[in-house]
Amino acid sequence: MPSLRDLRDRISSVKSTKKITSAMKMVAASKLKKAQGQAEASQPYAQAMSQMMARVAANIQINPNSSKLLTGTGSVQTHLIIAVSADRGLCGGFNAYVLRKTRLLISQLERDGKDVKIICVGRKIRDALSRTHKANIIKGFTGIGGKTKINFSEAHDIAELVLDQFATGGFDVCTLVYNQFVSVLTQTPQAQQLIPFKLPEANQNEQDSEIGPKPLYSFEPSEEEILDDLLPRNLAIQIFRALLDSAAGEQAARMTAMDAATRNAGDRISDLTLQYNRARQAYITKELIEIISGAEAV
Amino acid sequence: MTTNTIQFELVSPEQRLMDEPALMVVVPGEEGDIGVLAEHSPLVTTIRPGVVRMYKDDMANVTDQIFLAGGFADITPDRVTILAEEALALSQIDKSEVEAQLETLLNDRGLAATELEKARYDSRIEIARAKLEALEMAA
Repeated sequence: MPSLRDLRDRISSVKSTKKITSAMKMVAASKLKKAQGQAEASQPYAQAMSQMMARVAANIQINPNSSKLLTGTGSVQTHLIIAVSADRGLCGGFNAYVLRKTRLLISQLERDGKDVKIICVGRKIRDALSRTHKANIIKGFTGIGGKTKINFSEAHDIAELVLDQFATGGFDVCTLVYNQFVSVLTQTPQAQQLIPFKLPEANQNEQDSEIGPKPLYSFEPSEEEILDDLLPRNLAIQIFRALLDSAAGEQAARMTAMDAATRNAGDRISDLTLQYNRARQAYITKELIEIISGAEAV
Repeated sequence: MTTNTIQFELVSPEQRLMDEPALMVVVPGEEGDIGVLAEHSPLVTTIRPGVVRMYKDDMANVTDQIFLAGGFADITPDRVTILAEEALALSQIDKSEVEAQLETLLNDRGLAATELEKARYDSRIEIARAKLEALEMAA
């Protein structure tokens, strides 16, 4: 039976924990709003980009001379995995999900006798993977997004590294693993293949709904050159979108986790308070009994 | 929207920068400037580093000049969509800053070891030069 003093200390410590978690929840909520706004703002560009890709794709025949980013190197021996996690913890299973997905992918590839290289984005996944797969990691990025927002240049830097590696024959297939932001309550880890890139299908509905024949596009310079230019940029965009999704997901996961923690702390406080009051009453009763039985004995 | 204007949309990866009707938009295409009016035939083109000019109300006055570091333009009869990774209003570019930037880039290029790095610096140098050129044209 803990003493009254112990209980009092426990209550005050849980109370201050609750204050911290509820503050973190509010901070995460406001950061989530910002991150969601940013993700929304990036939407038009991504849409226009995929629309343009579809337009070019509809007018092009993929042949062996097409960009390697599209056709692949002809081999599937070396895989590059870009794993995106958060820099910090205290966000529920957020980092664990993406780590588990990455580990699963790595062990699958290794079982098939493939070589695996890893680029880590985010401190948490870098730390976790460097314990088990140190030799496979070619680079880790941390501090993405800083304190305010994610810049496109950060995604661009990662894309440049990937393209450099690809151009020098560093890998054959590139996969991006990140937490997709589904809703505030759900983030699902996703594995998306970036290289070779799968062209979006020309949107059938859009073409059907158009009156008259499909407009004939001219291309300046040729379709092939435009596509060669589009593909590396599209890579940066895909990475940028993953970073934004992951950032929004991190804040959402933190908000949910801290909300649960605050609620648990509240429950714990009422349990402890009950226990404290009972102990106090028992103590008073005991004292009274001692006094009364003392008086009776006289 | 009256029929003689065209919707001009400028988007960067981070946000939509502009979406408004204009009388004419001059796009710095890869193979030369393209003046886009309403009912332009559909065209997809890459953009060289240069300035896009918007003529909002009449053909005599340029209302907006925006420097693009490259990108793509998707032109349809009623809309021009420009995808630019870097877009800056010409008035916001600081000449001395660009000059300093160009100098460091030229230095770094001299130190670059691989062809790949050199090519990367070359494209940045080209952008910086185009910026200076654009500033001189405007002055």
